[in-house]
Amino acid sequence: MKTRIFGALAAATLLASASFAADLKVGFVYVGPINDGGWTQIHHENALVMKEYFGDKIDMVYQENVAEGADSERVMTQMALQGADLIYTTSFGYGDPTISVAKKFPNVKFEHATGYQRAENVSTYSARFYEGRAIQGHIAGSMTKSNIVGYIASVPIPEVVRGINSAYIHAKKVNPDVEFKIIWIYTWLDPAKEADAAQALIEQGADVILQHTDTTAPHAAAQKAGNVITFGQAADMADYGPSPRVSSIIDNWAPYYIERTQEVLDGTWSSVDTWHGIGDQMVGIGEISSAVPTEVKIEALALKFRIASGEYEPFTGPLNKQDGTPWLAEGETADDGTLAGMMFYVEGIEGDVP
Amino acid sequence: MIEIMNINPILLVASLMVSATPILLAAIGEMVVEKSGVLNLGVEGMMIIGAVVGFAVAILTSNPLIGFIAAAFAAALLSLVFGVLTQVLLANQVASGLGLTLFGLGLSAMIGKNYEGKQAPSLGKFEIPFLSDIPIFGKTFFSHDLIVYFALLLVLATYLFLMRSRHGLVLRSVGENHDAAHALGYNVVRVRLLAIMFGGACSGLGGAYVSLVRVPQWTEGMTAGAGWIALAIVVFSNWKPWRVLVGAYLFGGVSVLQLNLQAAGSKIPVEYLSMAPYLITILVLVFMSVRGKQASPASLGKVFHKSG
Repeated sequence: MKTRIFGALAAATLLASASFAADLKVGFVYVGPINDGGWTQIHHENALVMKEYFGDKIDMVYQENVAEGADSERVMTQMALQGADLIYTTSFGYGDPTISVAKKFPNVKFEHATGYQRAENVSTYSARFYEGRAIQGHIAGSMTKSNIVGYIASVPIPEVVRGINSAYIHAKKVNPDVEFKIIWIYTWLDPAKEADAAQALIEQGADVILQHTDTTAPHAAAQKAGNVITFGQAADMADYGPSPRVSSIIDNWAPYYIERTQEVLDGTWSSVDTWHGIGDQMVGIGEISSAVPTEVKIEALALKFRIASGEYEPFTGPLNKQDGTPWLAEGETADDGTLAGMMFYVEGIEGDVP
Repeated sequence: MIEIMNINPILLVASLMVSATPILLAAIGEMVVEKSGVLNLGVEGMMIIGAVVGFAVAILTSNPLIGFIAAAFAAALLSLVFGVLTQVLLANQVASGLGLTLFGLGLSAMIGKNYEGKQAPSLGKFEIPFLSDIPIFGKTFFSHDLIVYFALLLVLATYLFLMRSRHGLVLRSVGENHDAAHALGYNVVRVRLLAIMFGGACSGLGGAYVSLVRVPQWTEGMTAGAGWIALAIVVFSNWKPWRVLVGAYLFGGVSVLQLNLQAAGSKIPVEYLSMAPYLITILVLVFMSVRGKQASPASLGKVFHKSG
């Protein structure tokens, strides 16, 4: 909590110092520190790419370590008051605050990442991370020797549940005996908790750890244990390659940031809901390392290209829900509405969605 | 409760000791500080400074033990800032302590910039001769790293110092009634400064344990509130060293146990498991404190000046 207060002070100075004239002022609100090695760092790097692209045409301001909730509302208000024309709010929990601040500043455009609430001046954008999860699931199912895959889940929202389902479906396809052990830690970023969760999973036999949290702590735990593989989340996390980190899902926001910022400059911006995947290059698959057997790597890459071309959808029937009720018939694919609100496990996963 | 069978008790105890040690170190240090009548809310800030300095020095020297020593010194130095502010300049302790936490978090982020993504040398296991050879029991309790035992010995040493030594009596009397202690000729400010530095060193060790053993890596803000947990444990343990030990191990233990129960597919809803560490620790410590009188040091948080 205290980091955020400090962060607020730091940002206040930052906002104050960046007051020279440019055509457009673009703000970014981050949930973690810009060097978390994952989610926030990759947002920030992509934001910097955008800044580089536009050069002096835009001003960029940002604020790191902003708690979801009231703190974020204050930060967004502050940015708007300081003259930001476009504000990217980059965490799911910023949804309500973004809508509420957007109402007060009808001339400021807002872009809320991974959210679902839109308004005249609020767009939402997200990536189809679950496409990347399909590839992770495939590698995980192929490589596990204990047939136990550990999954560190953050907060119970559809995005996270979707990732678990997608990974499970594709692990099960290559390995019918695979079992998922899932731990919910109720935070996006807490290295010690992430490490403890990874440790608990490893002790219970998991030799593959998938994570939907923001730091590299699970990789450190896997490295200490040996013979456990992990996947980079949001960022490549290549420091831990070639093993334990064998591949990754990389978020590639820069093309979207450039496109949307250009639209504001041109005056053509309008509220939209964007959900891009591997095909649109919003989701990247990090290099599959030498620790992965060649045939598995080839299968995984083929799967990636089939998803990218649209030939294959990760959620394709026949699929049942956890309780055995049919969800998708043979060959049927899931519609975006169902995916966006997915709060159920598919058949075979143990435990309940919290 | 068949799922519990999946949890290996030996590994569970090992994990809970690792999970509890940072909080235990920070809490035992803060308890001594509060026993001397000073409330230092800067535990989180001192821990994170310990985490980053310990990590950096361990990398520079390739020796984790030197990292721990440096962490203790750095955090003690930081606590001295608080000490001078509150004991010499008579500043408000609550505000100074909060300021210390903010300062520590910011400074650590700055120091840590060059250490992102690096890996520290590992602190090996220290198997206690003979004892670690006892089947099961030995592996469970006598085969951890050095700092785990150090933290336990520190609890014992703190207890003996406070309750069985003359210096400990002086420290407690300073905390109970600083005017009376002053009238008896004891140097209140010096006693408190030393206590504050001891608390700082302990917090620093706790922080370094997070970045060098528990995680082990450096991430900004990585102590994530452990310092506040330590502060709460001191209060709920009624300022008694053994209860601090119980509180820290209970919190660390239930934290690790709930993660293991989740992984084992427990039928208990995840929400309850997640709140369990906080709830159970508070309930047990409060229950232990119901009987007997409140042991809060009478001069806790009060400003002392020789003029009375």
